[in-house]
Order: sequence, then structure tokens, then C-alpha cells
Amino acid sequence: MFNDLRLGVRLTLVTIALAGLLAISFLLGMGIGPSGNGISELLTAVFGSGDPQSVFSVIVWKIRLPRVILAAAVGSTLSLGGLVFQALLRNPLAEPYILGISGGSAVGAIGGMLLGFSPFPGMALAAFAGSLLILVLVVGLISGNTSMGRDSLLLGGVMMNAFCGAIIMFLISITQTSEVHQILFWLMGDLSMSGLDRLPVLLLLLPCFAVIFALSKPLNMLLAGRESAASLGIDVRRLTMLLLLVTTCMVSLVVCQSGLIGFVGLVIPHVLRLLLGPDHRLLVPACILGGASYLILCDLLARTLPTSGEMPVGIVTALIGAPLFIALLWRSRRCQ
Amino acid sequence: MPVISVTGLDLCYGKRQVLQDISMQVHHGEFYLIIGPNGSGKTSLLKALANLLPIADGQIEILGKSLTSYTRRQLARKLAVVPQQISLDFPFSVAETVLMGRAPHLGLMGIERGADHALAREAMHFTDVAHLADRPLDQLSGGERQRVIIARALCQQPEIILLDEPTASLDPAHQIQIMDLMERFRVEKGTTVIMVSHDLNLASLYGDRLLLLHNGRVEMVGSPDEVLTAERLGGCYGCAMLVEKNSLGQMPRVTPIPQKYSHIV
Repeated sequence: MFNDLRLGVRLTLVTIALAGLLAISFLLGMGIGPSGNGISELLTAVFGSGDPQSVFSVIVWKIRLPRVILAAAVGSTLSLGGLVFQALLRNPLAEPYILGISGGSAVGAIGGMLLGFSPFPGMALAAFAGSLLILVLVVGLISGNTSMGRDSLLLGGVMMNAFCGAIIMFLISITQTSEVHQILFWLMGDLSMSGLDRLPVLLLLLPCFAVIFALSKPLNMLLAGRESAASLGIDVRRLTMLLLLVTTCMVSLVVCQSGLIGFVGLVIPHVLRLLLGPDHRLLVPACILGGASYLILCDLLARTLPTSGEMPVGIVTALIGAPLFIALLWRSRRCQ
Repeated sequence: MPVISVTGLDLCYGKRQVLQDISMQVHHGEFYLIIGPNGSGKTSLLKALANLLPIADGQIEILGKSLTSYTRRQLARKLAVVPQQISLDFPFSVAETVLMGRAPHLGLMGIERGADHALAREAMHFTDVAHLADRPLDQLSGGERQRVIIARALCQQPEIILLDEPTASLDPAHQIQIMDLMERFRVEKGTTVIMVSHDLNLASLYGDRLLLLHNGRVEMVGSPDEVLTAERLGGCYGCAMLVEKNSLGQMPRVTPIPQKYSHIV
């Protein structure tokens, strides 16, 4: 019945529903934590009547708010990145982390950090360069040989990841800083280093989102194959280049802020595709909103599950995502 | 003026020359079939006509203008392609797939209006897939899927339609159904149909003119009667052929001759 409705109506319904989910996740993320829970306390702190200098109020505004915003931005970007890679490479299992794109940015970011670059734009550019290099290698591996197909793409990505991991470990082992623990934590995906001052950079994500949304119809047509899309009037090469660049750019930007958080780009697009169908004009906004909610909630688990301290959010997403990946792989094998 | 005019076309895959000095003219409203043995370059020629493969040398003109002067969108409004198969990794529904044929006529975001939906419905009725509108493409049979792709091409409202072996892997009834559909398409819409086919008998039954390719060169262009002779086919395909008159309408009927009957001929 949902599919009978016109696109505009469906888009509105999906946006409202997922924006509601995001609002709830936001409230939960800000209201729950080891130093005090409570939605009612939160509402008091937010809407003013409480003491603005109270400890709880400071925690909510200075610690939890930036963290929730960062989680939302990272979740959106990684989901959208997964969605775009899956469409461009026509491989349902593609995702920035699995393809090694995230790993490439991490190598770039750590390299930049060790060379003493500032977090922005120095480290971000280094991360972008690193991820572009991996992208070229992984995509170059499959292009020009269609028979290599999906498995070799994944294998290539896994190898790139292993290679990046080795380089990162090498870089860490030759450095003498006291920050090694922090880097390792960051590597596993960590949102705890956020502060309000680091958030403005994230505004750069918005134009990336806009470009991808504007290209969502051509992306649909690409799913039926490159030649099919070309015969329907799409300049496939230009579209692919533009989307790969924009996606890599936003992923590397996010990796600089949050480290390696895997499988978000796998879980969210798949769940949403099951619910909404394959139309990217719906999936792009849905991934932005849904991915944001998902990572806020994952981060909430990462903060509250351990009895003392917290764990990197990358562990939560991998615990959820890796089994799903295996299930999808199993299903696609069975279909062939 | 021919709808498609090709002169001196060369095409290479790397160093291997696939098409050599191809010249051909297709006229308005013609049912034009490209035939030839495996590897003779039929599909490459079709893709070159749709600007899906870069050509090494020569000139292709579509509706009097050089192919290279068209943008992809402009070309997609004039010329539709029905590929051998399309990817089903992310299956859209039948209606969504057919509606994509409107894309070259829409703006950047590709928002379809009522008229576009009406055209898609008409196209689905034309190819008899309207009852499948909400089914995902990967749940259809081969023949149904082929008719969906043809409906998508119809939705493009092209002046020329190119098909790459649309009847391969279909049973005889569905083969005839697809061919009849294209014949009706041609007659009712005045569309020029260019089709690559392996099936010499279908080519004989439907083709106004046939182009026989052999080793990347044009062996002959002409009516089925002229092209489908036992001697010529035997030479191209490397297999003895029996050519007789079809009792339906005197067009040639081709039968490859099995080894065990070779002593009879």
C-alpha cells in the first residue's frame, strides 16, 4: 500500500517518522549517562528553569550534547557512504569500512597527526588523501574485469584493511607518545573526544549530503547496470567520479573525528532498503536520519553497558554489524 | 534520409579489431536485423550505435546528426536500448523500472508527473506486464522481464530502438510474442527497430532487411531472400545449411544440417 503513494507523500512520511526517531534518540542520548539519568531532569536543564551552573546542566551541555551531535553526524555519513558505495559498485556488501576506505583515512589521519598537522584542515586532508588512494586501488582492482565481480572487491577491501591496520600499528610502534592508548581507542571508533569546538567542521558534511540527494535519481538508474543507465541518458563516468569523490571526502572527514566505526554503512541501508524498497530518493534522506539515530543509540550502549568507564562505540557497531554481514553473505551465496 | 547512417566504422577492444570498415544505412520505420556467427561483432556494432563503446574510426550519424554531437540525455530521447539483461542486485518493481524510461525527459531530480505515470501505464499495457506492476523484477520469468525492459524503452518515446538478442533463452512461444510486440511497436508508433539476433528463422520471418556480419566485416545487406542462401550461410557459419521456402509466406527457412544427414545434401 505504501508503494502506491506518490513519491512526495512517501518522502514526507518517511522523513517525519525518522525525524521523530532521531528526536527521541537525541533526548535519550542527552538524558542518560553514568553521571545522572532522567528525562525530566534533562528537560529542566534544557528549558531553563534549573541552575545553568549545576553539574548536571554542564554535563548535558558541554559533554553529552557535542557527543550526541558528533554521533549523529558520523552515523549519517557512514550510512550514506555505505548506501552510495553499494549502488556505485552494485555490491550489496560494500561499505566504507569493509572496502578499506575508512582504514585509508585512518592511516592518513595518523600520519598527519605524527607529522604535527593541525586537526583541520591538515589531518583531514591527509585522511582524504589516504582514503582516495585506497579507493583507487580497490576500484582499480575490479574495473576492466567484470568477471572478477563482488567477491574480489570484498577480498580486496579486506586486504586493504589488513594492510592499513599493519601500517597504523607500525606508525604507533615507532612513536614514543603517551597518547598511544588514546590512538588505539580512537582506532576502534570513539566519540568521547568530541567537544563543542570540534563540531563546526561537521557543517562541511551538509553540502555533501545535498549533492548525494540531488543525484539520487541517477543513482537509481545505475543499479540496473552501467550500460543500461548510459542508454537512459546518464553520463555514468562523471556521475561515478563525482559521487566517489564526495563520499570519500565526507567519510574521511568523519573518520578524523571519530576513528574507525565499522558496519554502520551496512546495517542501516539494508534495514531501510527492506522497509522502503530500493528508491534512493527515499533512501538517501532515510539513511541520513536513520543512521544518525542508530549511532546515537549505539553510543548510548557503549557508554552505559560497561560497569565502569566505557567502551569504543566501534565495538557495539561491529557486534551488531558483523553477524549481519555474514548473514547477508550467506544469503547472497545461496541465491547465486 | 536514413535514420542511421554508418560509414567506415572501425572498433577495437584493446589491440583486437572487432569491427572493420562497417557501412550501413537504416531507413525510417524499418525492421533491421543484424545477424552473424558468435564473435562476429554484432553486439559491439549495436553498442557502438548507442554510443556505449568508443569507436576507433569512422562516422555514425543518427537522424542526420553526428553521434558525438549528442549528449547522453539527448540521445536517450531519440534512441532506446534493450540490453540482453539488466542487473538484478537491487530489484526495483516493474512499475518503477518502466518509469525510469521517462528519465531522459525529466529534470535533475527526476520527479515524474501524472503524464509520465500515464505513459508508463500505457507502456505496461502495450507489452502486457501491467498486472505485474508491483512485483520486483527478480521474481519474474525471463520473458516477462524482457517485456518490462521493452516497456521501459517504449516509455522513452524513442524514434529508434536497439535490441540485443531479446529472444535468447526464451521458448518459441515467448520468442514470437516478443517479435510480434516489436512488429506492433514498429507499425503503431513508426519506430525504427534494429535487432541483433542469433535466430536466422526469426530474422527471416520479421526482417525487412538483414545485415550479415562475418569476422567484423559486412558480408552482405539485403532482404531475407537475398541474404539467407545456403552457400553464403555455410561459408559464414562454417556449417552446412539447408535453405528452403517457408510455406507461410515464401520466406527462407534455414536448418543447420547435422553430421548424420550430411550425405543427403
